[in-house]
Amino acid sequence: MTDVASPGPDARSAIYVRGTFVPPSPPPGSTVGPFGWAHKNLFSSPFNIAATILTALFLAWVVPPLLDWLIFDAVWTGENREACLPVDGREVGACWAWVQAKFGQILYGRYPLDQRWRVDLTALLFVAGLVPLAIPKVPYKRENTILMLTAFPVAAFILLYGGFGLPVVETALWGGLLVTLVVAVTGIVASLPLGILLALGRRSKLPIVKTVSVIFIEFWRGVPLITVLFMASVMLPLFLPSGVNFDKLLRALIGVALFSAAYMAETVRGGLQAIPKGQYEAAAAMGLGYWQSMRLVILPQALKIVIPGIVNSFISLFKDTSLVLIIGLFDVLGIIQLNFSDANWSAPTVPATGFVFAAIVFWIFCFGMSRYSQYMERRLETGHRR
Amino acid sequence: MTNIAAEDLSADRSKMTVGSQVAVEMIGVNKWYGEFHVLRDINLTVRKGERIVICGPSGSGKSTMIRCINRLEEHQKGQIIVDGTELTNDLKKIDEVRREVGMVFQHFNLFPHLTILENCTLAPIWVRKMPKRQAEEAAMEYLAKVRIPEQAHKYPGQLSGGQQQRVAIARSLCMNPKIMLFDEPTSALDPEMVKEVLDVMISLAESGMTMLCVTHEMGFARQVANRVIFMDQGQIVEQNDPEAFFTNPQHERTRLFLSQILH
Ligand SMILES: Nc1ncnc2c1ncn2[C@@H]1O[C@H](COP(=O)(O)OP(=O)(O)OP(=O)(O)O)[C@@H](O)[C@H]1O
Ligand SMILES: [Mg+2]
Repeated sequence: MTDVASPGPDARSAIYVRGTFVPPSPPPGSTVGPFGWAHKNLFSSPFNIAATILTALFLAWVVPPLLDWLIFDAVWTGENREACLPVDGREVGACWAWVQAKFGQILYGRYPLDQRWRVDLTALLFVAGLVPLAIPKVPYKRENTILMLTAFPVAAFILLYGGFGLPVVETALWGGLLVTLVVAVTGIVASLPLGILLALGRRSKLPIVKTVSVIFIEFWRGVPLITVLFMASVMLPLFLPSGVNFDKLLRALIGVALFSAAYMAETVRGGLQAIPKGQYEAAAAMGLGYWQSMRLVILPQALKIVIPGIVNSFISLFKDTSLVLIIGLFDVLGIIQLNFSDANWSAPTVPATGFVFAAIVFWIFCFGMSRYSQYMERRLETGHRR
Repeated sequence: MTNIAAEDLSADRSKMTVGSQVAVEMIGVNKWYGEFHVLRDINLTVRKGERIVICGPSGSGKSTMIRCINRLEEHQKGQIIVDGTELTNDLKKIDEVRREVGMVFQHFNLFPHLTILENCTLAPIWVRKMPKRQAEEAAMEYLAKVRIPEQAHKYPGQLSGGQQQRVAIARSLCMNPKIMLFDEPTSALDPEMVKEVLDVMISLAESGMTMLCVTHEMGFARQVANRVIFMDQGQIVEQNDPEAFFTNPQHERTRLFLSQILH
């Protein structure tokens, strides 16, 4: 009893007075370590136990054949269809040899072999510009962004298309991942600023600006992307004076950019609506003008709130690029499908292999975007939501 | 209604001097929200260095009135002249007035994505075009005045309500305003934080700031205000110096209101 403080004169009137404070102690063993984890997450209730068992059974049923197909029975090397034919009752899984043989096409389409370094160089420049932008610690964000939005597109255009001594490579020859990335990146980069402007326009007090924004957004949201692409490639030339020829890829780019801008606008508007009125008022009361308060106060908060929505749009845009097949452009998926008809490589598992490979390519990019956005969300958290 | 008693606040009235220049003038101001006549024939002249406390029942138009002074709300009839500039639809004039008038809100309205220091330097840098270094030095000075310089690099979400409101006051002061508007600056705060904010406001009054303050902190009104205005149904019902206002209210409504809030 020595550690109990002697009750003072006031404490006599209290029902209970703590004499000593309890020091913190480690949690009981059953909540930590692998067993603790398993107990808590897998076997904590009858329902949980049943779910765990069912899941385990399902995995046991699905995973081994999948692994067989993807890895153990897969064909990794080969010169032609012979390698992937199921002769003598042999089990044949994925025909990765085919992917290997077509890899160049999947990346570049029919871009001339001796010019493919230009695509590589463009990709290198892109990565070299993007990575320092994506890593928060790297300085010179503003300068880098300006370069990426001005110099890089010009350089990429000259490198990919030609001019200044480089032979012209018509966009009809572009294909594969090159087309996928050109369409997706242009769409993403153009749709965000355009979408922000449209969102601001839709909330504008000026009737004309508002009406134009609403009409634009509702028009593009109301038509399917396939229709947009189809109209861009088939209908547009009917309206243009003969002789004026718009590049097909360019038309697709514009169509995709405007289409996704309309979606982006609604996503951003959601964010703008979530910002309390007090933020607008505080900014105005301090003398910030409309564009200043948008840029410095409102948009940074609004965009942060809708990062999941923005990235959602980016991801669906990235996947929608495969629709350019409709107008005769061959993205990753298009090129892969095109190559199914190669007689040298006609084997039963080739189509499945092709689709699985296309899925993997799309998944890598989309998952990457998703993870990066989650990282940014955590980083931008300043603890104001309690 | 928890009120800080006047005795708990120490203010030195001898430091608060009223000048002869007019800071804010409202002449026959009327405002409607649609059909609803929210401000009715408001006439008010505020001289430099005056500390005016505005009180009245909820919905009486107190917020609306002071928000007209920096054009967060637009009036439809009458004239409002702030520091010699009349508020009209002219955006330039509005910006001019807003640069000279600071405002503190009930819910602080700090910018949650910026640190305390960035909150304070934003307007000086972008509106006053002050160099960043200089703006930061000034901001630190004001943060010291409101007694939280050590919080400069935290985010608003990491501060208590009282601290946030003191930051909001410092943020307004960084623009070097001639007039400060307060709209119930302490009514969203827990009782123990009210005094720290009122103390800051008192020292602001002692520095000679012109203040219009919507508040129900009657202790503050007694110690600091040189005029108390009672509003009801969009009109100024009574105004007087605090002593007379509290001991000898003239109007029936004022008496009723005071009896309700001064238990
Ligand atoms: N944007 C608006 N549209 C329509 N009516 C409004 C609007 N803002 C305020 N009002 C009305 O105007 C009246 C005055 O509002 P105001 O906010 O000025 O009152 P207040 O005196 O500040 O009240 P409180 O003490 O509750 O803050 C209220 O009846 C309110 O309902
Ligand atoms: Mg109010």
